[in-house]
Formats: sequence, structure tokens, C-alpha cells
Amino acid sequence: MIRHPHRRGWLQSGLAAGGALWLGACDRLNETPMVQRGLARAEGLTRRVQRLVVDRKALAREFPSSAISRDFRANGSTSPADPQYRALLEDGFADWRLVVDGLVERPLSLSLAQLRGLPARTQITRHDCVEGWSCIGKWTGARLGPLLDKAGLKREARYIVLHCADSLEPGAEGRYYESIDLVDAFHPQTILAYAMNDQVLPVAHGAPLRLRVERQLGYKHAKYVMRLEAVADLVNLGRGKGGYWEDRGYEWYAGI
Amino acid sequence: MSGLQIFNAHPALYWGQTATFARPWAAMTAVETGGRPIGVTQVGSLKVETTGLLGYSGEPRGFPAWATLPSYRSLTDGRRWHFFFAWLFVLNGLTYLAAGLASGHLRRDLLPTRDQLSPRHIWHEAIEHARLRFPKGEAARRYNSLQKAAYLGVVVLLLPLMLATGLTMSPAIDAAAPWLPDLFGGRQSARTLHFITAWLIVGFVLVHVAMVLASGLFNNLRSMVTGRYAIEVEGDAP
Repeated sequence: MIRHPHRRGWLQSGLAAGGALWLGACDRLNETPMVQRGLARAEGLTRRVQRLVVDRKALAREFPSSAISRDFRANGSTSPADPQYRALLEDGFADWRLVVDGLVERPLSLSLAQLRGLPARTQITRHDCVEGWSCIGKWTGARLGPLLDKAGLKREARYIVLHCADSLEPGAEGRYYESIDLVDAFHPQTILAYAMNDQVLPVAHGAPLRLRVERQLGYKHAKYVMRLEAVADLVNLGRGKGGYWEDRGYEWYAGI
Repeated sequence: MSGLQIFNAHPALYWGQTATFARPWAAMTAVETGGRPIGVTQVGSLKVETTGLLGYSGEPRGFPAWATLPSYRSLTDGRRWHFFFAWLFVLNGLTYLAAGLASGHLRRDLLPTRDQLSPRHIWHEAIEHARLRFPKGEAARRYNSLQKAAYLGVVVLLLPLMLATGLTMSPAIDAAAPWLPDLFGGRQSARTLHFITAWLIVGFVLVHVAMVLASGLFNNLRSMVTGRYAIEVEGDAP
């Protein structure tokens, strides 16, 4: 048998070319809108099935204080540079107000002291980041359900939008926001937390106020909350997907 | 693949409920040495340089571009592919189990018979298997004890484990079934087991396909599709 001197070279470049084609094909498939739409349909199925098998009021596990993580990671914005936020922070949030408006009977504007006077809840829960890690922390805050009852939701209201003070990108579309449905808004563990691990909520974790919506992934737990808006649908906000990360491809329902 | 894409979003594994960022059980990192980045993979107290493959491959990343779907970094797309195929996996698995139970395939073909369970028999089959000498005659009609152990292990252990550990990573499912994270010792343990189990299944598929090739590709494929399986009679001329 005659050994072709270039056979190995040919083989290697053949394999490399095949590999590149394969990768290119996978990536191209991934970027096909029809494929994306098809894949995204699984999200609706996941949400419906999870809503079906998970009781509306089922509580997320609560842990003993010995389980609290000493190195709770702060993700996303950890020190917002937005001038409006910096000004509020410098004043110790004395001028900060939580605005509750949209489809409500009685729009509210609440100071931190007023929020601390509302029905509260303390819970030690696990925070699951979409990246894969988990940390356990202790949260104290005003329960969202009674707060919304105080404002009186109109019949058309279907979602609660959380408008935040931090921007992850320049421009209006870079402002962080999130939204949850009324099942989660009225869940007993859904709170607007002003304290973490028995301390005033640190800036890295969303001072002065952040959402805790246990049973969903971390990006739903909006930090630096400025305003709650009750809405009938989400299409007119941001790019229409119901949240900063949702507008960039993440699932609106983050129970998985 | 999509699972490796998701893993790359946080290429470290832990045991227990929470992440111990400074002390992972296993991790892939990129570190700078002598002005050049290298990939380092750590498992327990073992540390190996894996530049080009794990930790660093042109950029800091857990698994390299050719192993992830899509090739570039996109946790959102990875999750979409992953959960879409997770649903197919569940529906396909349920159909397989229902059909296997109803037809008796699982009981008849996969449960080892009494004679197959004797240590001598298993030893004999292991030796024959290692020599790639496959059964002939009537013995070729049924799965041998090693095949049964491997198939049963995958069907009733690894695949359900894959599903259960996957579900445990869902915070909503954990609220409905708190026994799930308890079963695996926490959400991070479930994530680690999900990762290990996935590689065990990959290993099974590789060995399985190699054995299909070694024991007669055409005959095996034909029997899968048509049920027709040619048997070599013992004592035939080689």
C-alpha cells in the first residue's frame, strides 16, 4: 500500500471543515426565527403545567438561620450609576417614595417608614440564579398582596410591573423592569423587602426596596424598585416581553 | 449541546443547597500565567491544566464552542433548546415505559432470569464480552446479563434520575415537592448529579453504539426495524 504523505493532513482538515459546517449549521438553525418560535412554545407548556401541578399558595421552602449564606452573591446592577438613584442614596432615601399606580382605584405614594408600617413578613429562602448557583438569605418586607388591596386593583389589572432605578444599558430601554402576574403578586411569600439578614437592605442587593418572588429565578426579583404599575398587558412596556431580561430572550415565566 | 451551554453560565459544581463560591467541588476557570491565559479544571483537590478544551478555549469558557449549542455564549438560547427537548424526552420516556409495561417487554426482555443471576454465569459472560465473543445460537435471542444490567440501569435509574434532578433545579417544583431537593441533598447537589448523570448516559451511548458495530451492524439494525434477526448456529464453520 502506498502511503499518501498528505493523507493525515487531509483527514485533519476534513474533520475541521466538517466540524465547522456542523457548528455553522447548528448556529444557523438556532438563529432561524421559525425554530426559535418553535422552541419558545415549550415555555408556555412549562408555565401551564407548573401552574397546574404547583398549588397557587404552595410555599417555597424556608430554612433555619444556620443555613444563611455568608457569601450571598450580588448580580446584575450592584451599584447603580443613575443620577436620580445616586441623589436618593446620598439622602439616605429620605425623599424616596414608592409609587403605586396604573389600574388601581387609589394611587399611592409611600415612604420607607410607611412601608415598614404595612403588614410584613420575614422569610429565610433560597435564591436561585438563572446562571445555576443558589444562596440562602433572610428577607423582611411588606407583603405585596395587602399593599395592592390598599391601592385597590381595577378589574382589568392582570400584571404588576416593577419599575426600577437602575440601568444595565444606556438609554430608556436599558432601564431595569420586571413583571409578575396576580397569582404571584398575591402569594403569601411575595414581599417588597427592605431588610436582608436583619440589616437594612444593602445597595448591592437593591436598596431601598427589592421584590422577593420566591418560586421563580433571581432575575424576577427586581432590585431598586421605584414604582409599581398595575397593567392589563405587557406589550407597551420596553420591548414588550415584560422585563429587561425577557426583552433579551429570557423566559417571562421563570419557575424553571 | 444545550446543557453544556447552560453549565458554561456558571462553570462550577457544588454539593448541598447553596453555592460555596470560594470552594467549589469542581470548577473550570481561566487563569493568567506568564501573561498567557490557561484553562484549569479542578475536581476536589485535583487540578489539571486543560487549555483549549476546558476553562479556556480562545476565551474564558467552561466547555469549548464545538461542544455547546449554540457555539457562542447564549444562556437564553441554551435554555430554550434544553427545555424544548426536555419535554420531548419526558413524552418519549412516558410512551416507552407505558408500551414496555403493557407489552411485557420490560419484564420479559430486561429483567434478568434466575439462571442469569448466578455469579458464575455473570463472570463467564463478562469474560466472553471482554473478548468481543458474542453469543450464538439460542443464546443470541435474548439479552445477556451484562446487557440487561446496562439497559435496566439506564432505563430505571439514569434516565429517571436525569428528569428528577432537572426538576429539582426548578424553584416552583421545589415549592410543590420539597421532598425532591431533600432526596438529593439540596438544589446544588441535584445540579451536580444532573451533570454527572448526563455524562454517564453519554458514556453508555458511546459503548452501546460501539457494541452494535462490533456485533454486526446490519443484522442489529434490521432486527430493530423489522424484527428479523439472523442467528449464527453454534459449530458452524468459522
